Amino acid sequence: MAFVVGYYALLVIASCAAAYFNQRKLFLMLFSLTLVSFVLGIVGGVPALRAVTIFAGLLAFAGAVSYAFREFLIAMSGEELAKELRTAPLTAAFGMFVIFTYAIAGIFAPWIAPYGEAEIISTAFAPADENMLLGADQLGRDMFSRIIYGARNTVGLALTATVSAFVIGATAGLLAATKGGWFDQFMGRVADVIMSIPSLIFALLMLSIFGPEIHVIIIAVAIIYAPRVFRLTRAVAGNVVVMDYIEAARLRGEGTGYLIRREILPNSTAPLVAEFGLEFCFVFLLIAGLSFLGLGIQPPTADWGSMVRENATLISFGDITPLIPAAAIALLTVAVNFVVDWMLFRSSGLKEQ
Amino acid sequence: MKNSEQQMMLDRLADAAREGRISRRSFMSYSMAAGMTATAATGLWTTSAKAQPVSGGTFRVGLHDNNTSDTHDPGTYLSIQQIVLAHTHRAYLTMINTDQTLGGDVALEWEGSSDATTWTFRLKENVVFHDGRGVNADDVIASMNFHRGDDSTSAAKALLADVTDISKTDDYTVVFQLAGPNADLPWLMTDYHLTIQPANDDGSIDWQSGIGCGPYRIVDGSFGVGFQLERHDGWHGEGAYFDAIEYLAINDPNARQVALVSGDVDAVSSIDLKTMALMQRNPDLIIENVPSGSAITMPMHCDTGPFDNVDVRMALKLAMNRDEIVEKIAFGAAVAGNDFHHSPAMPYYPEGLDQLSYDPDRARALLQGAGIDELNVDLSSAESIFSGAVDMCVLYAEQAKAAGININVVREPNDGYYSDVWLRKPFCCVAWGARPTPDVMYTLAYKDDAAWNESRWQNARFNELLLQGKSELDDAKRGEIYSEMATIARDDGGTIIPFFRNFVYARRSNVQNTGALAASWEMDGARAASRWWFEG
Amino acid sequence: MGDILSLIAKRLGLGLITLLVISIIIFFMVELLPGDIAQAVLGQGATEENLAALREQMGLNKPAVVRYLEWLAGAVRLDFGSSVVTGEPVTQAIGDRFINTLFLAAYAAVIAVPFAITLGVLVALLRNTVFDRVANVTTLTAISSPEFFLGYILILFFSVRWGMFPAISSLSPGMSFGELLERTFLPALTLVLVVTAHMMRMTRAAIINLLASPYIEMARLKGTPPWRVIVKHALPNAWAPIINVVALNLAYLITGVVLVEVVFVYPGIGQALVDAVSKRDFPIVQACCLIFAATFILLNLAADVGSILTNPRLRHPK
Repeated sequence: MAFVVGYYALLVIASCAAAYFNQRKLFLMLFSLTLVSFVLGIVGGVPALRAVTIFAGLLAFAGAVSYAFREFLIAMSGEELAKELRTAPLTAAFGMFVIFTYAIAGIFAPWIAPYGEAEIISTAFAPADENMLLGADQLGRDMFSRIIYGARNTVGLALTATVSAFVIGATAGLLAATKGGWFDQFMGRVADVIMSIPSLIFALLMLSIFGPEIHVIIIAVAIIYAPRVFRLTRAVAGNVVVMDYIEAARLRGEGTGYLIRREILPNSTAPLVAEFGLEFCFVFLLIAGLSFLGLGIQPPTADWGSMVRENATLISFGDITPLIPAAAIALLTVAVNFVVDWMLFRSSGLKEQ
Repeated sequence: MKNSEQQMMLDRLADAAREGRISRRSFMSYSMAAGMTATAATGLWTTSAKAQPVSGGTFRVGLHDNNTSDTHDPGTYLSIQQIVLAHTHRAYLTMINTDQTLGGDVALEWEGSSDATTWTFRLKENVVFHDGRGVNADDVIASMNFHRGDDSTSAAKALLADVTDISKTDDYTVVFQLAGPNADLPWLMTDYHLTIQPANDDGSIDWQSGIGCGPYRIVDGSFGVGFQLERHDGWHGEGAYFDAIEYLAINDPNARQVALVSGDVDAVSSIDLKTMALMQRNPDLIIENVPSGSAITMPMHCDTGPFDNVDVRMALKLAMNRDEIVEKIAFGAAVAGNDFHHSPAMPYYPEGLDQLSYDPDRARALLQGAGIDELNVDLSSAESIFSGAVDMCVLYAEQAKAAGININVVREPNDGYYSDVWLRKPFCCVAWGARPTPDVMYTLAYKDDAAWNESRWQNARFNELLLQGKSELDDAKRGEIYSEMATIARDDGGTIIPFFRNFVYARRSNVQNTGALAASWEMDGARAASRWWFEG
Repeated sequence: MGDILSLIAKRLGLGLITLLVISIIIFFMVELLPGDIAQAVLGQGATEENLAALREQMGLNKPAVVRYLEWLAGAVRLDFGSSVVTGEPVTQAIGDRFINTLFLAAYAAVIAVPFAITLGVLVALLRNTVFDRVANVTTLTAISSPEFFLGYILILFFSVRWGMFPAISSLSPGMSFGELLERTFLPALTLVLVVTAHMMRMTRAAIINLLASPYIEMARLKGTPPWRVIVKHALPNAWAPIINVVALNLAYLITGVVLVEVVFVYPGIGQALVDAVSKRDFPIVQACCLIFAATFILLNLAADVGSILTNPRLRHPK
């Protein structure tokens, strides 16, 4: 009872405060939430209201963290950068915060994780207690420690592979678009050949032949994804190359390097950046798929993809163990794409809100 | 008693009654203790208990391990799909009964000569193929010869290597002539490759058509997808209660589990052990947990350092905590091994031998005695060996650290594991299918000159005893022989056996069986189709 | 128009060369795989003699180059050989499965493509609103989870908890079309979730990218309503990248369904391909890869032609 009274009191007070300070949007949101809560409270009872509270609380917490983090970044950085950062929406700040957290977790994994990634400290699937934040996995290893180590192993591998794919693909794509002619044709054919082979099968063949070493995985993934980047770069840059200002630059006698760096690249960054965020997800998933076929990261090294797979059957019984690493993957990709969205927005030169 | 507890108690009672594990008197007294009225208890007894097999229904089974490239060729039988199907549409000379004894399938009776080098099988005269033709000695001879001969591609060729001649004395009597004694030949005839097919005129067999003399005939289907079968009315055996059988290829453990829970199938093979406990809570499902002869082994090459030193081998054996492995890797659905390849589910099991137990201090002392301060070894493994194989090796590596042994677990690709790692890498992890007798197992993988002597182990006394056992027809004496061999293997052998797997499969509670299950294969010795029935 | 026809002809020719190169690559990759086919067929239970006999029977004793040329000679006459393992002609072995896969892919595409493009236009229009964010987070979360995991979650809710759709999509002969659609709904939905986000985001990005262009600015200054600006002015110029991404995702639908097929027990081509690789069944691997490659090449050609047709500057090169 006290909860319900407190709930509505808080909402009404907050609404009044918003109205008093002339925050129209905030007021509307809070007050409509109050009205909706009446209906929800009647239909769903206290649990529904509690769920709303928890959800709103989480959202508010995430917002507060993002806000604080943005202010922190602004305070820490120089004049130029600070100006840019002020334009970042809260979602982007949230994304940066998550990436920052993952980076810290990955870099300082051995100091942060309470236990070693292969250390067996408990019985299988032991529930969470004061020693183990997230309980134990199928061997009785600390889930939390493995998630932390997973940040280092999985993200490191996926990032390296994605960056390699991008460097190869984008360079080739830009060159092909600028040079045209036989080079364009040739690169196009090479890309066609690689892309036409189903990626999972290609990776399976490569890894079966050369062994599941880390560098083989990176090379295989880079080869598989580079043509996708190549094609997109080629398509976008192709549209830019036919623009009049490129023609003008050519007539000025500018070299290929100049054209790419100063004219084409700045005008094709947006789709490329958007692509990077997505490719990063795909690489992540491909590596998880390879683990599925027994060709991924070697055990006992923690890797989120295999952690999902190892416990996936539990999901049918409503056990959340497999959701934890899956959520770790999802959170990171969402965060990366939030930041990408902001950069996309900025680079598009669109200043209207 | 709380309500839920009461319900559980009643459910268990009903289960026990259904499977005939409990008498009517104790059933009544227990159910009344659980708060039931006498009338209600009588009602429950009559509905659920002592069900007689009832005919009818279509039995839908979700199977694991299916390949698109499988065929009906008995020489290439390998996957569970092929093996279960073979036991459904084809028949064998002999079979393993639900009480693990040997019984006749196509064979009525058999007898060996006193030196166990000649075996005579008398066939049942009422066995017919699905096309209506009667089965006679020629079909049996052709079916066996298919696996023999120089150009045979059958995987069962090694099994029949000692057979020098197969002949008939009349249409229903077949005589096997062996190069040496083999007291286990009738057991060997249960091997899953040795199905009976119709003979062609030239002495070859017709395996392509899929015609057999088993309890069900194939109506339609393809490998990797599924098969529909219907009852073969002229079947020679007992059982075959279902009208029709439907096998579905469901390779993914989660999909099998979901299909069973949602009632899309009536039974599934090989459930994910992680979810075993959760499935047991579902009153609609019954989990079968059957100890088997299928072992997980870790062979060490005894001719390669550091494994050429018996103390190192013993240290590695003592550095393994088998109980923890059984609990965490097999989720309790296994029997800890004692480093001799002879499971309690096999005949002549030597009772009362001392069990090797986790003793890192003794392991360390043994290593120091051998002048080794720190032992570093690579252990190869792959997830395809069995679900949890890599985890098991990682767990073992953690346990062995306490004995000053550093085991580096190498995860090999699933693909080609048995051609590139097994028998080649000096220390690896292997899964063995169940073999009917200890003699078959030892001859296959422990005999000094066996092609698959996976640990390259040479022990004169062990090999001498193995030969003795082959010609010994007296069961008591054979028991003694296998007991001594087990001791030698445990103390000197190069193979660590973490555990013998249980077969864990599940059925919906409206599917009934006698409660006794053959331990030779999954699904009641792969014969669930002809042995189980739907509750009436 | 003549230009485009000659372009198509040229690209088809190049496509054939691509296929040839792929067939060589695949053949030698399968050749390079450790372990051999006879071992893979007979499994752990084979002895040296068995293996030798089986190799002889399968014709594996000839040099690799000879076997490749023999295969190629057949392929030119549209005879793709027979499975090395089962002896079945390739077309018979994978024909039905290929049609099943095509059906599933088409089912998913029919839902996903219009859905993704509409959603993309909508979020571009409503960019930076709550709707944009929610659509973004939802689709991103969907593609960030491994496919098999998405499948498990859909099964958990739609079949185990709510019992709305069957958990396994096995097909039986004589099924009605409606039944077929119902049986395959969950795998199709999984695929839709997997591919929608990519297409939607690319549509959004391509449109937003154009919004800063002078001609859009012009349209806006003229007082054209925002939705008209996007649909009439921005969208037509954004087709090139959108079509490319759609083509990529359609190809993915056909080739990348292996895990989805496994989860839903759907008899498609993916499972056959994985089995064939593990058995080193070269003619099947080859046929599957070539089918995938051909699909891919055709879709790409369509995408390129589409890009040219929608961009007047490319249509009339200076």
